[in-house]
Amino acid sequence: MMDLRALAPELILTALGLGLLCLDMVTRAEEKRIVGWTGIAGLAAALVVTLLPSVGLFGRPRLVFFETYAVDPFAAFFKIVVILGAILVLLAALDFFRGRQTTHEGDVYVLTVFMVLGLVLMAAAADLILLFLAIEFVSLVSYVLAGSLKADRKSNEAGVKYFFYGAAASAVMLYGFSYLYGAGQTTNMYHLAQRVAAFPPGFAVVAAVLVLAGLGFKVSLVPFHQWTPDVYEGAPTPITAFLSVASKAAGFAALLRLFYVALAPEAWVAILAVLATFSMTVGNLVALSQRNIKRMLAYSSIAHAGYILIGVVALTSSLTPVGSGISAVLFYLLAYTFTNVGAFSVAIAIERTLGSDAIADYAGLSQRAPFLAIAMAVFMLSLTGVPLTALFFGKFLLFAAAIQSGLLWLAVVGILNTVVSLYYYAGVIWAMWLTAPPEGAGRVGESALSRVLLTATVAGTLVLGVYPNPVVQLVQTARLLLKL
Amino acid sequence: MSGLLSLVLWLPVAGALVLLVVPRDRLATIRGVALATVALDFAISLGAVAVFDRAHADTMQLVERVPWIPSLGATYYLGVDGLSLPLVILTTLLTLLCVVYSWRVDMRPKEYMILFLILETGLVGVFLALDFILFYVFWEVSLVPMFFIIGIWGGPRRVYAAIKFFLYTLVGSLAMLLGILIVYFNASPRTFDIIALIHQKPLAGDLQLAVLAFWGFFLGFAIKVPMFPFHTWLPDAHVEAPTAGSVLLAAVLLKLGTYGFVRIALPLLPGAFQHVATIVAILAVISVVYGALVAMAQTDLKKLVAYSSVTHMGYVMLAVSAAASIAGRGALQGAATTALSGATVEMLAHGVITGALFFLVGVIYDYRAHTRGLGDFGGLGLRLPVYTGITMLVMLASLGLPGLMGFVAEFMIFLGAFQIYQAMTVAALVGVVITVAYFLWAIHRLFFGPLNTRWDALLDMDGREKWALIPLAALTVLIGVYPRPLVDMINLAMLNILSLLR
Repeated sequence: MMDLRALAPELILTALGLGLLCLDMVTRAEEKRIVGWTGIAGLAAALVVTLLPSVGLFGRPRLVFFETYAVDPFAAFFKIVVILGAILVLLAALDFFRGRQTTHEGDVYVLTVFMVLGLVLMAAAADLILLFLAIEFVSLVSYVLAGSLKADRKSNEAGVKYFFYGAAASAVMLYGFSYLYGAGQTTNMYHLAQRVAAFPPGFAVVAAVLVLAGLGFKVSLVPFHQWTPDVYEGAPTPITAFLSVASKAAGFAALLRLFYVALAPEAWVAILAVLATFSMTVGNLVALSQRNIKRMLAYSSIAHAGYILIGVVALTSSLTPVGSGISAVLFYLLAYTFTNVGAFSVAIAIERTLGSDAIADYAGLSQRAPFLAIAMAVFMLSLTGVPLTALFFGKFLLFAAAIQSGLLWLAVVGILNTVVSLYYYAGVIWAMWLTAPPEGAGRVGESALSRVLLTATVAGTLVLGVYPNPVVQLVQTARLLLKL
Repeated sequence: MSGLLSLVLWLPVAGALVLLVVPRDRLATIRGVALATVALDFAISLGAVAVFDRAHADTMQLVERVPWIPSLGATYYLGVDGLSLPLVILTTLLTLLCVVYSWRVDMRPKEYMILFLILETGLVGVFLALDFILFYVFWEVSLVPMFFIIGIWGGPRRVYAAIKFFLYTLVGSLAMLLGILIVYFNASPRTFDIIALIHQKPLAGDLQLAVLAFWGFFLGFAIKVPMFPFHTWLPDAHVEAPTAGSVLLAAVLLKLGTYGFVRIALPLLPGAFQHVATIVAILAVISVVYGALVAMAQTDLKKLVAYSSVTHMGYVMLAVSAAASIAGRGALQGAATTALSGATVEMLAHGVITGALFFLVGVIYDYRAHTRGLGDFGGLGLRLPVYTGITMLVMLASLGLPGLMGFVAEFMIFLGAFQIYQAMTVAALVGVVITVAYFLWAIHRLFFGPLNTRWDALLDMDGREKWALIPLAALTVLIGVYPRPLVDMINLAMLNILSLLR
């Protein structure tokens, strides 16, 4: 019984997904919004339950179910991030589908909830097999979601492309797992940790590289990033937002747990530091030339995966949150969730009225839709890392962790990249605020739903930027990843 | 009187929040709220002067200290001493005058006023903050409104200028952030408290790392100052910015850089600054001479004033590096104090004088001639007597005429710096000579000679413009004639900073 209580969020999510599936079958096409709202209510319940002591945020870290599943503050924190992200994304999806002709609206709500379940499992899996199943579960759902606009050719392309890349990446990762199992005789990460020392030299490095193909694909690290721009552009925008925050967060959770617990740092720190450099640099440089907001945010998301990786390789522990790598990663992912979902929500609102994702068409929106323009300015400044927005403290903590671990060069790379990124984020602000609207253009309508969503995301972004104290304390607890 | 500094700091934001709910077509209300806010803020900042104990200008006064983000060790920590108080007054005064001058701005006036109010909070915050995270937040926050002010209300190349300004200063800010973090991680106990770090001097034992941290701070401050070769954003930003934007940019934003050198770089990393002081001094002298030469070549009055800023800020940096070069040595302490006090007075003098000069450029350009070409004018002296009088006074102050504010500052700088860097000070004097030449030449081209008939119908300054300019002109004369109270106060603060170098 004890073990089941630890799984309360997962059980709620499963029940919610199945319930929604039935609800979807009995609602008429024009009433699918009921499914979405029920999903949000259910996710909110799951979020509350995740805060219970038995789920681990404030409880004792332990392994359950024959040591295959971790119940610790670290996993609980990621559950919060993923569920919170999903609530925001469902709101965005409700706004996205409002008044749109589609045959699969209900399916999107249902599948999103199932995807949350998979992501939650990824964050807590302590066994390679369970981890692989969770990742595959998430992947299959995401392929369908990316291609869910059946009438849209780009969406179809996104689904197919995501599937092919994803299948290859999973296969390579599984090959990497087989290395670990072959040499360690166990699929349990915590048992593996005790046997890694006896591996032949270089063996762990090969395994780490192979595993990275799968996890790097999930968090869109260079060189496993090629799918990102096409899928981000083609997928329905709320799904893109979900991939960019929740999928990335769970990917980092799995990566952190596997690498920190099972593998010795010597096997992977240098590789990840190099990948961080490439992700930041490639993502930012290519983003400079993007003219489509969703493609721009795709390359930006590659760059942000690179920034976050700085925190992963900054291993030196620190008693305070300033200088602790894992704390920085956790804070950054939560901050990024608010900011990036917010940015995509603005894109949804504009796409609806202007029918365009081109940044050039954002011209003069500060006069046509002031609320959208102010919100977008906040998100772009946050993505740049300007103070009083959430990602400033995210970057501050990441760079501090790098310096604390003696990786000053990586902090310098991060800073140079931040400057490059300003140029394209400012480009969006420039279009909205500094250029005149086209002749005769009227005001852009803002739906009540999108106002609620944007208020929530702007508030999240600003509160984390002005008074991050509670969240910093939370991540300081949550960085306690279960170690045996 | 605790809370006084917070009041000065946050009142403009409160005003901006009020403006947010005023409908955009209520022009009179918008202007009234903005003016009332900045006027009240100026009055309160004068109140701070009244309660400030000038006999103890070397210690931080009116201190406010509240935990802000305890888990990160960030504190809401404010205070003023003889260095920061005059700069706060400069900021509140010039923001007030900018709002007065901008009375006629009718393009998106609501956003315009809101941005100026937020800018004021950002700028005052930098001068008040005594915690590194707080300092950095205000430092960056002051960037954003200026970006919008240049980008929305600027001249034809405003977008280029705005983005260039943002990019340059962001490079500098982030380099400074690295410097801050290096200092933080080497401190024991770790803290972001600027005063505590200055007393602790965490990097005193490790010159190599200290120099690295210094270059981080240097890049942040030198880009703001701006020093050669980091000055190229300045002519673009100044020329494209609307008049009030140029005024605050020149009068206050540039001071953030020199203030950073005096308040932070010098006392926090004296060993490193001393180690590289000659390099900084050489860059300063290049700024002085190069800025003067380029200013002389300008035919655009606004560009001329912009480049004259490079020269004047070069004087400040020459004085600061001279003081840094003898850090910790017994001899020449008097010279260092004189130079450093001169640097601070020059910050104020340049703020008042160049602020006035940009207003004067605006007077002729914004609503009258719509041209700034020096060659387009001539003989304006007869047509615009008040304008001519004030412009000549301010230009003479800028070139360092005795009896006016600029002279006091420059005299102290050269007197102090000459005892330390003789050859370089002499080289910098060449810049002074060129400055005299181009300002006199500009006066000649604008006001003397035959009147260009295009300007027959030109009107002299109206009341609003007089209100914006007469206080600055009066200050120039007043402090030029009787600088003692100001200099005494600044001297005390500088003695304290120099005593911390040992």
